[in-house]
Amino acid sequence: MTHRQKLAGSLVLLTSVQILILFAGFFAPYNFAVQDRQRPFAPPTTLHFMDLRGNVHIRPFVYDLEDSGKSILVSQSDSEHCYPILFFVRGMPYKIAGVFTSEVHLFGVEAPGHIFLMGSDAYGRDQFSRFLFGGQISMLAGLIAAILSLSIGIIVGGIAGYYGGWVDELLMRGGELFLALPWLYLLFAVRAALPLHISQWEVFLLLVSVMGLIGWARPARLIRGVVLSARHRNFVVAARGFGASDLYLLRRHVLPETYGVLLTQMTLLIPQYVLAEVTLTFLGLGVGEPLPSWGSLLSSLQQYYVVSSYWWMFLPALLLIPLFLVFYTAADALQELHKSVTL
Amino acid sequence: MVADGVPGHAGGRLVVALRSEPKTLNPVLAVDEPSRDVIRCLTADLIHINRGSLKTEPSLAKSWTVSRDGRQYTLHLRRGLRFSDGEAFNADDVIFSFQVYLDEKINSSQRDLLVVGGKPIVVVKLDAYTVRFELAQPYAAAERLFDGVAILPRHLVESSYQSGSFSQSWSLSVPPNQFAGLGPFRLKEYIPGQRVVLERNPYYWKADTAGNQLPYLNEIVFLFVASEDAQVIRFQSGDTDVLSRFSAENFAVLQKQQSEKGYRLDDLGPGLEYNFLFFNLNDLSPKGLPEIAKKQAWFQDLRFRQAVSTAIDRDGIVRLVYSGRATPIWDQVTPGNKLWLDDKIPRPVRSLEHARQLLQSAGFSWKSSTLVDPHGEPVEFSILTSSSNAQRMKMATIIQDDLSQLGMTVQVVPLEFHAMVDRLQNSYNYEAAVMGLVSGDADPTSEMNVWLSSGETHLWHPNQDKPATQWESEMDQLMQEQLVTLDYAKRKRIYDRVQEIVAEDLPVICLVSPDILVGAANRMRNFRPAILVPYTLWNVEQLYIQ
Repeated sequence: MTHRQKLAGSLVLLTSVQILILFAGFFAPYNFAVQDRQRPFAPPTTLHFMDLRGNVHIRPFVYDLEDSGKSILVSQSDSEHCYPILFFVRGMPYKIAGVFTSEVHLFGVEAPGHIFLMGSDAYGRDQFSRFLFGGQISMLAGLIAAILSLSIGIIVGGIAGYYGGWVDELLMRGGELFLALPWLYLLFAVRAALPLHISQWEVFLLLVSVMGLIGWARPARLIRGVVLSARHRNFVVAARGFGASDLYLLRRHVLPETYGVLLTQMTLLIPQYVLAEVTLTFLGLGVGEPLPSWGSLLSSLQQYYVVSSYWWMFLPALLLIPLFLVFYTAADALQELHKSVTL
Repeated sequence: MVADGVPGHAGGRLVVALRSEPKTLNPVLAVDEPSRDVIRCLTADLIHINRGSLKTEPSLAKSWTVSRDGRQYTLHLRRGLRFSDGEAFNADDVIFSFQVYLDEKINSSQRDLLVVGGKPIVVVKLDAYTVRFELAQPYAAAERLFDGVAILPRHLVESSYQSGSFSQSWSLSVPPNQFAGLGPFRLKEYIPGQRVVLERNPYYWKADTAGNQLPYLNEIVFLFVASEDAQVIRFQSGDTDVLSRFSAENFAVLQKQQSEKGYRLDDLGPGLEYNFLFFNLNDLSPKGLPEIAKKQAWFQDLRFRQAVSTAIDRDGIVRLVYSGRATPIWDQVTPGNKLWLDDKIPRPVRSLEHARQLLQSAGFSWKSSTLVDPHGEPVEFSILTSSSNAQRMKMATIIQDDLSQLGMTVQVVPLEFHAMVDRLQNSYNYEAAVMGLVSGDADPTSEMNVWLSSGETHLWHPNQDKPATQWESEMDQLMQEQLVTLDYAKRKRIYDRVQEIVAEDLPVICLVSPDILVGAANRMRNFRPAILVPYTLWNVEQLYIQ
């Protein structure tokens, strides 16, 4: 497979995941906060095509869950009641992009049936819905933090590389200071100092900005390197000879050289910050209940009884592995492409 | 003294895990649970509460008489007893011990219990084996006071007490020959970060029904295993013999392998722990917290608290947090405390409809499903919980969801335990909190600190100079009255009224009482877990290994 194909493939995959997450309300059968207190830790619902009498149904259906009396729910398959899966059903209202309200869901079953594709959590909330909604917070965190890091990186790296000398020394040594910061402990300290009244979104934005602000040093170094070499290129020297201003040179000739690096960095940084968000939430620093994020979906795995009894609680983690792989494949392909273009 | 229970045979060792390293072996200063667990095996008290029957029984005192006015207790000590280093025990040790416990400079946490009616108990030696305790006023639970007051060996610690270094003596690193007690075991070795080992006390004074000297076990090893999950895994793999203080979820995990792994599990039913939600009702004017003070207008309205209580799904908490191994409660006395439970307290069913009516009658209204107060302010507040307690975090999350159905916006704020206590007791910078208390004894006297308005653990408004509300002043009177009433039936009526006030005026909104869950290796015999601390090792001298 060529790099171009790899890139195209991973971009298609990433886009579809983004669409799933962006329209989580439509693709998820339930609201992320709705608790079903009769069904904590329900295993993933099995889809059936054949009922007990041996009749084959074209439309898949589910049976309801029954309490096995051992605090683990089992699928009730001797039941006469089966609930066919319906498409474009009306359910709980949700908002698209925070503006339009809708209540049409891609799929669902009629009450009192339930469909938990990835099982339910300790409060009987649908894991699949929480995974999709959780992606909104996690991906947004990754995106904002990455953009923040890169913007600071490009300004600082650009200035340091272009002007050189003591400005370069000062900015790069400052950057090293940031690299050496134990950011996890810094975040712990920031979180502990926050007042109680701060809302979940404020906590989220704060964490994201701190992550982004601390992470600028690495991209700044890379950009400085590119700018440094671009500055001495013949066409840049020639343009300067014709009297071009610094700003014009930076905009027209130097910064375009860094676009390849920027793009690769972006695809690398986003999953890195998504992972950082996962880590922080896992440690209890992220957005609080009932808002889901990928980190909060994983945090229940800290408990022995979850790990030993409910295998489906691992599903979010298993889904994240291929997702990150796609991100890195895209970054890799981008870098290779960029290399072949500049060479 | 002869202990009941099946006669066993001597030998063997018992391995138990502690959540952390004990801070001290000094019974006068120990406050943390691990320290107390170890010290209980090393020492003895004059009169003991039998954890099985929850009644008092003779211990170092073989009998006692009470004067007619209920103010003088004359205790007759057992003769011929020896400390674990072989030195004889007599009334001088008792007099000395109480002198230390009552010394204000030593600042023992048990001192408060030994101050009755504002005056410390006076201890008088009548002869070498008779001691008289004089109380300033009649005191209903006087016999129970002696439980857990470990008698010290005067010959070992008097010099350090005289020289003022008592607070530093008997740390964990004390040489075993410098430590002695009257308990079934004595100190053998301490390896920092790993374990404390106790060996059988050859001078122990109890015997079994067949006349064999107790204890049966040769050794007890206390391992330090930091987390509950790690303790559960160690127990499951057979590294430890006894397990207590673990969650219902882990109970279910252990249950699956119960038969093949050679241990048994016991659900003793509700214990003495009660969990509750409460609001900040402190007087905040000197603290200057205008944001919270504004919200107190809601919290102080009884109808608001009633609405919250009515909206909370206690059955849901029992099911989701404790997998069914808990009981919903509406006041502070749990169904486990059969002597004091008032079973006439109403148990209203959950009703969002009724909660909405209550809020409406208090002037609240709804603006597009958001609850707003009479001034149009949306009802928003935060609930503190301790981040180390997974159960209470879950409870708070369930309450958050229940109250959101009333249109309230609730944030759950998990804080490190000490940071939370600092807010509750010092800065008063909080709005609501989910907490739990475990009564140290079944008797209401152990709850004085919680229900007296001047009490430190009067959580919603501690350390009041004079009661802030009419019902708090009634509660003060009742608690003082039960303290000096000697007749059980009368006391029960008084304490029933206290429970009624808690259920009606809702200073705390009681939620659930979890079951006491314990586990023990099958080869352990005479294992009789109880709902009172310590749940498992209270009859450690009778435990033997098959």
